[in-house]
Amino acid sequence: MRKLPLNTPAPAHSARGLAGHSVKHDSAWKHVSGQARYIDDMPTPEGILHAAVGQSEQAHARIVSMDLDAVRQYPGVIAVITAKDVPGHLDIGPVFPGDPVLADNIVEYIGQPVFAVAATSHEAARKAAKLAKVEYEALDAVVTVTQALNKEFFVRPSQTQQRGQPDQALAQAPNRLSGEQFVGGQEHFYLEGQASLAEPTEDRGMFVHTSSQHPSEVQKLVAEVLGLPIHEVHAEVRRMGGGFGGKETQAAPVACIAALLANATNRPVKYRLSRPDDMIQTGKRHDFYNTYDIGFDDDGLILGADLMVAGRCGNSPDLSDAIVDRAMFHADNAYYLDQARVTGHRCKTHTVSNTAFRGFGGPQGMMIIEHAMDDIARHLGRDPLDIRKLNLYRPGRDTTHYGQTIEQHVLPELLEKLEASSDYRKRRSDITAFNQSSPILKRGLALTPVKFGISFTAKHLNQAGALVNIYTDGSIDVNHGGTEMGQGLYIKIAQVVASAFQIDVERVKVSATRTDKVPNTSPTAASSGSDLNGMAALDACEKILGGLTEFASSHWSVAPEDVTFANNQVQINDLKIPWATFIQTAYMNRIPLSSSGFYATPKIHYDPKTGTGHPFLYYSNCAACSEVVVDTLTGEYRVLRTDILFDAGRSLNPEIDIGQIEGGFVQGMGWLTTEELVYSDGGKLLTTGPATYKIPAVSDCPPDLRVALLENSPNREATVFHSKAVGEPPLMLGIAVWSALRDAISSITNYQFSPPLDTPATPERVLAAVTASQAWHNQHKETA
Amino acid sequence: MIEFLLNGQIEKPDHIDPNLSILEWLRTKMRLTGTKEGCASGDCGACTVITGTPGESGDILYQAINSCITPMASLHGKELVTIEAFQQEPGHPVQSCMVEQHGAQCGFCTPGIVMSLTALHANRKEGGTSNDQILEALSGNLCRCTGYRPIVAASHQAMVEEWQPEPGHPAAGMANRATTAPLAGIHRNSFTLNMPEGSRYDAPVSLHELRALRREAPYSRLVAGGTDLMLEVTQQLNTLDHLISLERIPELQGCVLDDNELVIGAATTYHQLRGPLCELWPAFDAMLERLGSLQIRNRGTLGGNIANASPIGDMPPPLIALGATLVLDGPEGERKLPLEEFFQGYKQTSLQPGEFVHSVRVPVPEVNEALYIYKVSKRLDDDISAVLGAFHLTVDNGVVRACRLAFGGMAAIPARAPHAEAALTGQPWNEESLQAALTALADDFSPLSDVRASSGYRLQVAGNLLRRTLLASTSLPGEQLMVTDYA
Repeated sequence: MRKLPLNTPAPAHSARGLAGHSVKHDSAWKHVSGQARYIDDMPTPEGILHAAVGQSEQAHARIVSMDLDAVRQYPGVIAVITAKDVPGHLDIGPVFPGDPVLADNIVEYIGQPVFAVAATSHEAARKAAKLAKVEYEALDAVVTVTQALNKEFFVRPSQTQQRGQPDQALAQAPNRLSGEQFVGGQEHFYLEGQASLAEPTEDRGMFVHTSSQHPSEVQKLVAEVLGLPIHEVHAEVRRMGGGFGGKETQAAPVACIAALLANATNRPVKYRLSRPDDMIQTGKRHDFYNTYDIGFDDDGLILGADLMVAGRCGNSPDLSDAIVDRAMFHADNAYYLDQARVTGHRCKTHTVSNTAFRGFGGPQGMMIIEHAMDDIARHLGRDPLDIRKLNLYRPGRDTTHYGQTIEQHVLPELLEKLEASSDYRKRRSDITAFNQSSPILKRGLALTPVKFGISFTAKHLNQAGALVNIYTDGSIDVNHGGTEMGQGLYIKIAQVVASAFQIDVERVKVSATRTDKVPNTSPTAASSGSDLNGMAALDACEKILGGLTEFASSHWSVAPEDVTFANNQVQINDLKIPWATFIQTAYMNRIPLSSSGFYATPKIHYDPKTGTGHPFLYYSNCAACSEVVVDTLTGEYRVLRTDILFDAGRSLNPEIDIGQIEGGFVQGMGWLTTEELVYSDGGKLLTTGPATYKIPAVSDCPPDLRVALLENSPNREATVFHSKAVGEPPLMLGIAVWSALRDAISSITNYQFSPPLDTPATPERVLAAVTASQAWHNQHKETA
Repeated sequence: MIEFLLNGQIEKPDHIDPNLSILEWLRTKMRLTGTKEGCASGDCGACTVITGTPGESGDILYQAINSCITPMASLHGKELVTIEAFQQEPGHPVQSCMVEQHGAQCGFCTPGIVMSLTALHANRKEGGTSNDQILEALSGNLCRCTGYRPIVAASHQAMVEEWQPEPGHPAAGMANRATTAPLAGIHRNSFTLNMPEGSRYDAPVSLHELRALRREAPYSRLVAGGTDLMLEVTQQLNTLDHLISLERIPELQGCVLDDNELVIGAATTYHQLRGPLCELWPAFDAMLERLGSLQIRNRGTLGGNIANASPIGDMPPPLIALGATLVLDGPEGERKLPLEEFFQGYKQTSLQPGEFVHSVRVPVPEVNEALYIYKVSKRLDDDISAVLGAFHLTVDNGVVRACRLAFGGMAAIPARAPHAEAALTGQPWNEESLQAALTALADDFSPLSDVRASSGYRLQVAGNLLRRTLLASTSLPGEQLMVTDYA
């Protein structure tokens, strides 16, 4: 063993970059200098081929014949495969069957892969794939959520959660309102499209580089389509250029097709989707049709509610069972519904199978109750914020419609603070005055809360593993089941490990997520990345620390309590040993410097048969106050200011968390405003690129955006250093923008009429709501 | 053969396919993978690179462009700067500020953003960089992770810092602004690329050469900025057999005043025409800020926007409203026609085989003339219009003496509203006349429904834009009428 370098830096007074500090993203310099590698940037292995697929042109049809001669003959084409050429399982449905990797006889959406091509260039593969002659026999197609609902055409059975006697409560309530809404879907638009590179191994196995949130699932499904034991396949994810849920299950078909072609040719195959193919072939956020029927007293307190949420799942179950579940779990958002029924439908359509997207159905469920809050306020002539505050969960009114008791009541205080810091009341009266004197431009304001349940609702996914290796110079490699998609998970885990040993974070490196280092991992999803993997990493550290402490205690003959780790040193009574020296000594004394770690979330359970349980370890809470200005001539609008207060518990990295909050808010705002997916009546997606599908651009960010973390709010649950999840909840803060738009439009009727405003609230939908409000106003002016 | 500088080194690549984009060349031939493909349609900015174009005075114009839709051949005689020029720490101030402000999350859009901001930094003027200039520089760069706030913060921070590269830095030219000697000599040469499979690219340097080429190959495709044409290659996977570049013909470039008209060469980019045109007709300024992105405006040309004959091109409606004249050139010589007569049908023009757009002649304003241009789209930045209204009014003592009302997005071609014009002409400029014009407008158009807007919305908005014009022409200074009035 070589000697340690002499220039080991002197120990600082305190180790740098521990949990709680705003350390930069571990790839920050690589990002800004273009040196961070994504799948398509990796050095190409010898003999590489490129893949493309032929897509179904029909929404629902039987394939009568398929002539692929022209495809095979195109210059550069090496292999063409169909469903018949799949050696193992054809179906790669992640939870339930329904997703053939290549269509077999029946096609169920426009864009569905029916055959795959490997060629010597990306261009040749794509051009060749267009040359197939496929004959179809058209079958009846169901395209919209309401068509499916009317036919009761579902991918999974409907579910109901009920508490008490909602029908009776509604019948007896002094006030009763009902309403409906269409909530649009959303394209993930990760800037890096789906991509995988599959390389055959010497054992006829496969090594897959994939841009996936779920490498273990990629590993399992690639093994299944190839008919191999799982250990013959390994998957690696260094980073993704954005995921947002779109690479939870949707990366697997891309990896499987690359692997099938690699297997067929015994050559490495890269499959990356062009932007239009990505938008056509892969699932999106579910659009929903929701209804409410709510009874309330004269103050606006909810007495009973009957809510229905129906998601458009597309052609297969994918994750839709859990997504609609989560919509049901969040149909109350932050409010006590009292006597309540929530029903959820999983509608089947002949469109691409919709999938996970930040919030996972929760946002769509919340939209119906936030819609109702505004409507109740207009009905009673009250400020919507008062109605929201009145109905918040609080001690005594603290059990959800599915029976989980809210144990940490963060929101009542959080809303008070945000109301004050955003100067809500003063701005409310200023805006009302402005609107009275401004005939064309109308301003609107809304403050909306978010309560979001943290844990996978599929209980078995709430587990994680990690591997911590300390090398003889004291540097540490950490591997864990979580994947890096920009959210800063790697640096947070490095901070956790650095904190465990009280050493500088620079000594800790998190390496690419690999299925052969940590097995059977869960997807990096459900906002759980740092909660789960941080705890698993901490467990590994604690095991190593236990051994090191025991060693120090016996080696230096001191009590274990007299061994402390601090400031890049190990202190043994009065003896201070630099970290690296200590590690080297431990190595020479044959002490284990490596350990795996494991975590399983405690406390959680849920029984779908009764619709009750405790599915979440805790809830994440936050709120946003947004101000908008609307042009009543065109429906154009701008967000002028947004204030956000967010409870991240004892944040592992405040600036990384604020980045998640800002980005999530803008993404949620985009979902509800400019991001419009347009399908033809026949089920063909018409918005297939950024020219027609408009995610927020720089001028859409509110010019005045103020984000703060709630202070002194450690998680009462035993999460990693008492932090709280931050990934998904901020997306739902975008609801404040939608509600503010409704508020601005409502000013036309002196806040008496609550305008319907389906989403995305494009200028066109806003103008329609303006026109409806003007008509209402004129009608009521005349009759008054 | 073409010749250019890549990050300070001379490149003379052989066998450049005329259809090959700069992005494809960088990523597949050079394996310089810092520049990313996000859409291959010029809409996301992940592929942003900087080109340096030597100007008349010896200066080099550094501009951010979309490498995904710019043909390689257009690089001839230029300097190309990619993110690979900035891989030595501590890097450019833009990079350190982006790190400092947590301006990158997933990092995929980041190289493009760094390129856009580096170009802005190179072009910043004494007196500081405004928030508007920063937003404009970033208008063509989509980020899906950050929500932009930290990127804007990093931009403000970086723009007040100096960048002093070491001598020999791959992008040193951007700091010292001197003409790089090897570029000066080769820039004006014409060249032809011929691929073995038959694809061809001509880059003439004179009008005379262009005429001859067009006579010889009347069905060749003309490429100026290529911001729309190249989508046929990257999105439809077509091969363009014969391209003739208009980029290097001085007669087709620039703006001159001639006989009470502003003459704008067909190959003049939006970037070049914005100053001279807005000086005469300030109403263009707000619209040009929203036409495409900065990257698009650095490449796209007026002639391309017109000859492309899209119903939703943003330049034709206001130019029709102004009564602009088109000068066409070709084998049969030069001819002029009113711009509005140029458009024959959806993507159909009155160009004859071999003909090309030479220039556009825009009248200068007379007393009592006013122009209003309103663009309506889903998103403020870099979006195609659902409706664009351009209204040219001569109001004298409260009476509309003349008016020309032109719209984009309302028909298969950019078109005037003759019924509405008739209803207004000779009438007092007031609510009553407006009502008559709005009624008449319904006879002028029956627009389509598509992904951008429904027919009903288009009609309603078209009328409301006319109403906005009345309000604007009678409003008090400083009165806010549009949401874009809020900065």
